[in-house]
Order: sequence, then C-alpha cells, then structure tokens
Amino acid sequence: MKKYAISFFLVIAFAFYAVLNNQSSIDVGPAANGPVAANTGPAANTPTGPAPTPTPTPSPTPTPTPAPTQSTGLYKNGSYVGSAADAYYGNVQVKAIVQNGALSNIQILQYPSDRGTSVRINSNALPQLVQEAIQAQSANVNMVSGATESSGAFQQSLASALAQAKA
Amino acid sequence: MGMPVTVEIVDAAATSGETDTIIREVFDYFKYIDEKFSTYKTTSEITAINDGRLASNKASNDMKTVFALAEETRLLTDGYFDIKRPDGTYDPSGLVKGWAIWNAAKLIAAHGCKHFYVDAGGDIQTSGMNAEGKKWAVGIKNPWNEAENVKVVYLSGEGIATSGTYIRGDHIYNPKTGVAADDIASMTVIGPNIYEADRLATAAFAMGKNGIAFLERRAGEGANSSGGKSIRGYMIDKNKIATMTTQWQ
Repeated sequence: MKKYAISFFLVIAFAFYAVLNNQSSIDVGPAANGPVAANTGPAANTPTGPAPTPTPTPSPTPTPTPAPTQSTGLYKNGSYVGSAADAYYGNVQVKAIVQNGALSNIQILQYPSDRGTSVRINSNALPQLVQEAIQAQSANVNMVSGATESSGAFQQSLASALAQAKA
Repeated sequence: MGMPVTVEIVDAAATSGETDTIIREVFDYFKYIDEKFSTYKTTSEITAINDGRLASNKASNDMKTVFALAEETRLLTDGYFDIKRPDGTYDPSGLVKGWAIWNAAKLIAAHGCKHFYVDAGGDIQTSGMNAEGKKWAVGIKNPWNEAENVKVVYLSGEGIATSGTYIRGDHIYNPKTGVAADDIASMTVIGPNIYEADRLATAAFAMGKNGIAFLERRAGEGANSSGGKSIRGYMIDKNKIATMTTQWQ
C-alpha cells in the first residue's frame, strides 16, 4: 500500500510539475520576451524524429528511451517505464510519455485485473470519497458501536494461525 | 463468546412481565449459540467438528446454515472473509455474532415488539424508535479512547457493526497475504440488518484501506435487495482521518 501510495504520489508530482512547467513558459514567455516565446513555440512543435519506442516489459528502474530531438522543457523526450509497484491487489506499472519536454501521456502497463474483485474494487476506487478528521461528539447516545476484545475472536485466531504459518 | 449483551424493549404495550420473559428467551438463545459455536468450549459442536468427532454433513441445521452463509460470504468478499483456518479447522465466530443478533431481534419481533435494540459487544440491531419516540442514537467509539464517541448516527430498523483493533499489539491480519492490516483503526458498517453489517465490516476491515471502496460498491448493489436501505461505511485510519462512503452523508 505504501509503495502504491508513493508511486501514485510520484506520478501525480511528475504530472503536476510538467503542467506547471508548461504553464510558466506560456505565462512568462509572452510578457517578458514575446518574440522569443513566439520562436520557441514553433520550434517545440516541429516534428520530432522517430517516435519513442514502447517498452512494455517490466523493469525495476526507469529506462529512458533516447530520442534524438532537442527539447525545450525540463524533461528529455521519450518514454519512461516506471518500476512495478505493489498495489496490494497486484502490481501497477505506468509508462510516462514526454513530448516537447513535457509529460504528454501516461500509459498503464500493469494493473491489478487478474481477479474479479480487483477489477471491481479498482473501478470503484475512482470516485473521491469524503474524508474528515475525527472529533469527539458530545451528543447523547442510546448505545455505542465499537470493536470489543472478544468480537475480534475471528481475527485473533486468524492472526495467531497466520503467525504460525509464517514461521 | 464472552461479550456483553444488552437488550432494551420500549414497547408500551408489553407489560414488564412479558418483557422479562422475552429478554430471558433472548439470553437463553445467546447461551445456546455460545454453547454450539464457541471454539473455546470443548463441548461445543464446532469443536466436535474441528476435532473430527463429527462429520459436517451430520451437523445440526444451525451449523449447516452457518457454514452455508460463511461460504456465501467468502465468495462475496473474494476470500477476505474465511472461517477456515490454515490448519483446516473452522472458526465461524466472525459470522455467528451478527447472525445471532439478527435472529434474536426476529425473536423479539415475533412477540409483537416494534421498538427495541439488541447490542452484543458493540454490534447492534435497532428496531423502531427509542423511549423518546426518536430514532436510536448510536455512537461510534473512538478507537483511541473508549469513553469517547467520534460520530453519532440515528438508526431505525438497521444494523450497525464495527470491526477494529483497540488494544495495542492486537493486530488483524489479511488472510490473503498474512500481512498485518494495521493501517486501519476501525471500520464501521451500517446495513439493512446486523448480519449484513457485521460480515461486511469484518471483511472490509481485513481488506485494509481498500475496504471502504468495497463498501462503496456494495452500497450500489445492495440497494435493491435490502429494501432501498443502502450499506454505508465509515473507516478510521491510523492517522485519525475518517473516510466515508457516498451514502454515509
């Protein structure tokens, strides 16, 4: 889960930075030195040699595919395969496509879909659920719902059994 | 199962004598359940099955029902709910509790009572209204402070169950991976009845943070089969942040 969270965070950070990078060049460019921005625009849009070769095989480290083009952004053009991250229900692996120095696309190479539940849970994980920090409530109640020591008998026996199974 | 059981019946029609009789019946029922299903008792039927002294096809009807429900739940939860231990023996206590509370509530209703609740170790079936004529106010316990509620919900006719770890060092393990699922402090589920709420809370808790997504999906599916009442989930993680399903709000 942690790995998944970290990889997800990295993908988001990557995307965010790329977008930010793109935006700043658009905003700052025309105001500060218009003509230069006008020049870099077309340059960035010129056809860029051979397309990056897809590398669908899993690899533990990012493998940049060299592309013989000059890029104006922070990133080198090409496709980058991220490491396969354990997403609890299976591996998640993505490929980032950089064009014109900016992130243009993210392809999902691996995705936990080998079991029915994985697919269902993933398709369902998409809506953003509301979160809140827990806070003490003062309202009067008739009764209280909470786990008790004995209610976890199933879990406890399972835990002890699995602890033995691990040894 | 060694847990506190509380029953309150507020029907005005029932005389105190009748109420006493009903409550005695309910406690006799829980005693019967405990003697049949407790894996801690050498004399229980489940122990006889686990020891190989009783073939499961020769078991009582209640035992067969519980095994059938457990198998149905195992499939529903993709194996996250499994009464079978790695050594081949069975521990159905994760299912029996909610099922027994639900049966106890039916028993009370069969006496004509409409306004009551049955609470066994914090898993609750509500019915009708409380003594003030309002919905039953149920607090959700703070996993870090027994004396504090972090949420209050108002229920009538629904069940509410919470799965969680409240004692330090008492972890729950994911049956799939054997890894401690201790990123979640508690998982509360409201369902059309306590049986549904309890089994889903147990399974969702075993799934860790994905459990809330599982409940969100069940909410969509369960709407028809449960008479329009939707399943709702409230998950508290170790950072004291609660995540709720869409229907919760």
